[in-house]
Amino acid sequence: MPRADLRSQFRRGFVDSLPFYLVVGPFGLIFGVIATEAGLNLVEVMGFSILVIAGASQLAALQLMSENAPTVIVLATALAVNMRMAMYSASLTPHIGKAPFWMRALAAYFLFDQPYALSMIDYEKEPERSAIEKITYFAGVGVPMSVVWYAATLAGALLGERIPGDIGLDFAVPITFLAVVAPMLKSLAHVAAAFTSVALVIVLGFMPYGSGLLVAALIALIVGAQVEIWTEKRKKGLVQ
Amino acid sequence: MTHPDVWTIIIGLGIGTYLIRLSFIGLVGDRDMPPWLLRMLRYTPVAILPGLVTPMLIGQGATELEPSRLAAAVVTVAVGLVTRNVFYAIIAGMGLFVILGALGV
Repeated sequence: MPRADLRSQFRRGFVDSLPFYLVVGPFGLIFGVIATEAGLNLVEVMGFSILVIAGASQLAALQLMSENAPTVIVLATALAVNMRMAMYSASLTPHIGKAPFWMRALAAYFLFDQPYALSMIDYEKEPERSAIEKITYFAGVGVPMSVVWYAATLAGALLGERIPGDIGLDFAVPITFLAVVAPMLKSLAHVAAAFTSVALVIVLGFMPYGSGLLVAALIALIVGAQVEIWTEKRKKGLVQ
Repeated sequence: MTHPDVWTIIIGLGIGTYLIRLSFIGLVGDRDMPPWLLRMLRYTPVAILPGLVTPMLIGQGATELEPSRLAAAVVTVAVGLVTRNVFYAIIAGMGLFVILGALGV
């Protein structure tokens, strides 16, 4: 593999991810501020963002810790919030599974929402690339973004109480995810899966700490696959 | 923070989250997965991300849906569908949200 090709994959990943810095920066900043206000010291705040590197679960853990929940409950809840990443891991496997283990082990650390979502969009556009090229694109999204995540957390922790906790930035998170999903809705099966996901999350809203999302997502996967099978059969039926 | 186990939580959550992420890409690797599973996995992003976003839009308990947020969400999806471009969709959605906020809607 010529090095220049890999460099261009990495650069493309980085460029494609730039709009997401509008979200990751402020989100890291907010986590730093909230964690500091909750009484964590600088090393603990940075420990969260570097070792866990999953914003939603970090906020969930923080919330429960400030309610003095037992350690086991804090861990179980925050890990449940991250269980969706097992599905990300499964869906990336056909693309990067052939890369050497050390690369995959390294990639696992960077497997959060944005690198996953952007890579899936990119892999579907150009599926005929090697696992190494694909994992390099993934790294182009994930590695620089992680550095910004640490830096933003640090800035939030240092500025602490001088930044107001709620300045409407929370809305940037759902907007970017919607922006990622909309271009993916390219068949009836995709639309059906998305609607199933939304409807079931609302219906299962009573389930604790993100577990409703997992059930909703699993059923949505099945709905997507079944609708795909059904539309393929119908097409064949029309042709014959 | 007076929680006694801050570092147990940070390290436990860090290791647990890493193992969740490593699960399939680490263990399955380049072994073939059955076609029915691959077919389902193709829908992972559209099965998870909409559900992940829903509570952020309608709030816990589904009571207060601000018109400016709903409008910005609809515009984001519409622009994303038409242009098939993530960046344009973000700019359109965030732009509308900021403008509506400035107008006090």
